Amino acid sequence: MKTTYREAMRAALRDALNGDERVFLMGEDVGRYGGCYAVSKGLLEEFGEERVRDTPLSESAFVGAGIGAALGGMRPIVEVMTVNFSLLCLDQIVNTAATLRHMSGGQFSVPIVVRMTTGAGRQLAAQHSHSLECWYAHVPGLRVIAPATLEDMRGMLKLALADPDPVILFEHNALYNQEGELEEDWHVTDIRRAVVRRSGSDVSLISYGGNLHKVLAAAEALAKTGVEAEVVDLRSLRPLDEESILASVRKTHRAVLVDEGWRTGSLAGEIGMRIAERAFYDLDAPLARVCTEEVPIPYPRHLEQAALPQIESIVEKVHEVMGQHA
Amino acid sequence: MNREPSRLSRSQGLRWLKDMMRIRRMEETCAELYGQEKIRGFLHLYTGEEAVAAGAIPELEDTDAFVGTYREHGHALMRGISMNAIMAEMFGKVEGCSRGRGGSMHLFDAGTRFFGGNAIVSGGLPLAVGLALADRMQDKPGVTACFFGEGAAAEGEFHESLNLAALWQLPVLFVCENNLYAMGTALARSESVTDIHAKAEAYGIDSQPVDGMDVMSVNSAIRAALKTVREKHRPGFLEMRTYRFRAHSMFDPELYRSKEEVEQWKQLCPIATLTAQLQAQQLLEDRDLTTLEASVDAEIHAAVEFAEAGNWESTEDLLRDVYTEDAVTAQEPIP
Ligand SMILES: Cc1ncc(C[n+]2csc(CCOP(=O)(O)OP(=O)(O)O)c2C)c(N)n1
Repeated sequence: MKTTYREAMRAALRDALNGDERVFLMGEDVGRYGGCYAVSKGLLEEFGEERVRDTPLSESAFVGAGIGAALGGMRPIVEVMTVNFSLLCLDQIVNTAATLRHMSGGQFSVPIVVRMTTGAGRQLAAQHSHSLECWYAHVPGLRVIAPATLEDMRGMLKLALADPDPVILFEHNALYNQEGELEEDWHVTDIRRAVVRRSGSDVSLISYGGNLHKVLAAAEALAKTGVEAEVVDLRSLRPLDEESILASVRKTHRAVLVDEGWRTGSLAGEIGMRIAERAFYDLDAPLARVCTEEVPIPYPRHLEQAALPQIESIVEKVHEVMGQHA
Repeated sequence: MNREPSRLSRSQGLRWLKDMMRIRRMEETCAELYGQEKIRGFLHLYTGEEAVAAGAIPELEDTDAFVGTYREHGHALMRGISMNAIMAEMFGKVEGCSRGRGGSMHLFDAGTRFFGGNAIVSGGLPLAVGLALADRMQDKPGVTACFFGEGAAAEGEFHESLNLAALWQLPVLFVCENNLYAMGTALARSESVTDIHAKAEAYGIDSQPVDGMDVMSVNSAIRAALKTVREKHRPGFLEMRTYRFRAHSMFDPELYRSKEEVEQWKQLCPIATLTAQLQAQQLLEDRDLTTLEASVDAEIHAAVEFAEAGNWESTEDLLRDVYTEDAVTAQEPIP
C-alpha cells in the first residue's frame, strides 16, 4: 500500500482511538483545523469532540491536564505543535510527568504520550526549526522515541500508549510528505531496540528520525566509493539501546554520529562518549559526528541547508574517518 | 466576607478543634525536629492557616481528588493520610507516604487520591484540570480540589488552567489560600489587581472571598461550593483570606513584614477563636480541652516514634521507581 508518513501516523491515531475508550487526542488545532501538519485531519468527524479535543493556546495547561488525565485513568495523546513551543510546557513534562512516579514512591504512573514535531528544513526560521530531543532524552522518567520509517510511524504509537510511563514521540516535520510502501496490517514496532537499517563492514553511521534518510543516502553514495557503511537507527533516544550501538561499532570499528541537534551537548556527544567508555579499544579511528552548526536556524534556504547535516557532509566526514581525504 | 453566625454543634466543634490542634502540634513538632536535624530540606509550616484545611478538606468524598502545594502537611493529615506516614516521610524513611522519596514538599497517597505535594508554584493547577477531565470523561462522580497560594495567581498556568476548566466546564474546586505573602513578596507588590477571586470571575467561574481564619466560614463556603461543582458540573473558586504566623520556611529571617502586623493577625488565631466560641456557648469544658490535648499529644508522640523506628531505604534500590517497569522487577511491596 502506497502511503505517506502523515497518513501512517493518522492511521496509528485512528487505531489507538478505536482500540481503547480511554484514549483521546488533545492539542492546538488537532480537531477542526485537522492538525497544523494535517496529521489528525478527519479524526474529529470520526470520533467527535470529546475524543479529539481542540485546546486553547495553553501548552502548559493542556499538557498538564493530559498528565492529570493520565493519573485519572485515561490514556491521553497530547499533541504539541512543535518542540519549539514545548518549552512552554517543559515544566509539566520535566517537573511533573517525569518525577511523579519517583516522588510518590512508586504510587503513581503517568501513562501519557506527548507527540511533537521537530527539525528544520522548511525555511521556517529559528523559532520553528529547532531539534531539542536531547533535552528530553536528558531526563530520567521519560521515554523518548523518534520514528524514522513508515513502519515505525505507523507502529510506535501502540507501544507508546501501552507504556505506563510518559513517552515523548518526536516526528520530524520533513517526513510527513514522504511516500513509501507500507504493508496494510502494520500495527506494532518495537520502541526499545535500535535497528540496523543497512548492513556494512567499514563504519557505523548512527542516527535517528528525519536524518536517517540522509544517512541512508550517504551510505549509498559511500558504497559507490567502496566504503560499506552500516546504518543504525536508534528509534529510542531514551533509554538508548547501548548494546545495539556497541555491537555495530565492534563490527565496523568506526563510528560517525549524525544528529540534527546542535553539537554542544548533543545526543551525538552522549553516544560517542558511551562508545568511548565501552568500546574504545575496538576503534580503528577517532569518533566523529555531524551535527547542526551552532546557530539559530536561519531563514534563507542556502544558509539553512548549510547549518544542517547533509548527505555531502556525512559522506565527507566518513571519508575523513576512513583516512580518505578528498 | 461575612462571618457565619456562630451556631455549631458540640461534636462538630470538638472535631474542628482537634483537627486544627493536630495540624498545629504536628508542625510545631516538625519545627523542633528540624532543629535536631531529624528533618532536613525545605520545611514550610502552615501555622495560622489551619482553619482552611480543617474546615474544608473533611468535606471531600473518598472519590474526590486532592492537589496541593509544598505547604501541604495539614492538607495531607486532613485528607486522611496517617500522621505516622507523614512524619516518616519528613524523616525520609521508607515507611513514609512517598516511601521517603519526596520529603516535606512531596507527600502523596494513592489511597486517598492525594496528588501532591508539588514544589512548583502553580504546577498543580493543570494537573487538577486533567484529573477533573478524566473523571468527567469516565462519568465518575469525583470533584478535584486544587489548593494553592495567592502567589500562583501571577503565573501563566493559573490563568491557563482557569480558562480551560471553565471552557470545558470541569468539576474542579480551586481554593486559593491567600496568606498575603509569596515568600517575602506582599500581594500588593506582585499583583495589579489584588482581589484574587475577581480573576476567577473574569473566567466566568463562581467565586467568592472567605474568612479563612474562621473554620465555620470556611466550612459553609466549601460545602456550598462543592455542592455547586458537583451538581452543576462546573468549576468553582474560593479565596480563603488567611495568614501564616510563621516564616515562609525554616530559612526565612522574615525581614519583609513587621512584628506588629504578625501580632495583629495572631489575635485571629483560628484555634483560639473557636475555643472561645465553644466556651462562650458552653460547649467546651476545661476537661474536654485536657482530653483533646492528651489525645493529640499521644498521636504525635506515636508518629515520631514510628518515624524514628523507620528504615532507611537501601541504596541498592536507588534507581527504582524511575520507570514503572522497575517496580515490577522490585520485590518489596510498597508499605
Ligand atoms: C515556579 C516557582 N517559582 C518560584 C518558586 C520559589 N517559591 C517557593 S514558595 C514561593 C512563594 C509562593 O507563595 P504562595 O503561592 O502565595 O504560597 P504560600 O507560600 O504563601 O503558601 C516561591 C516564590 C517555586 N517554588 N516555584
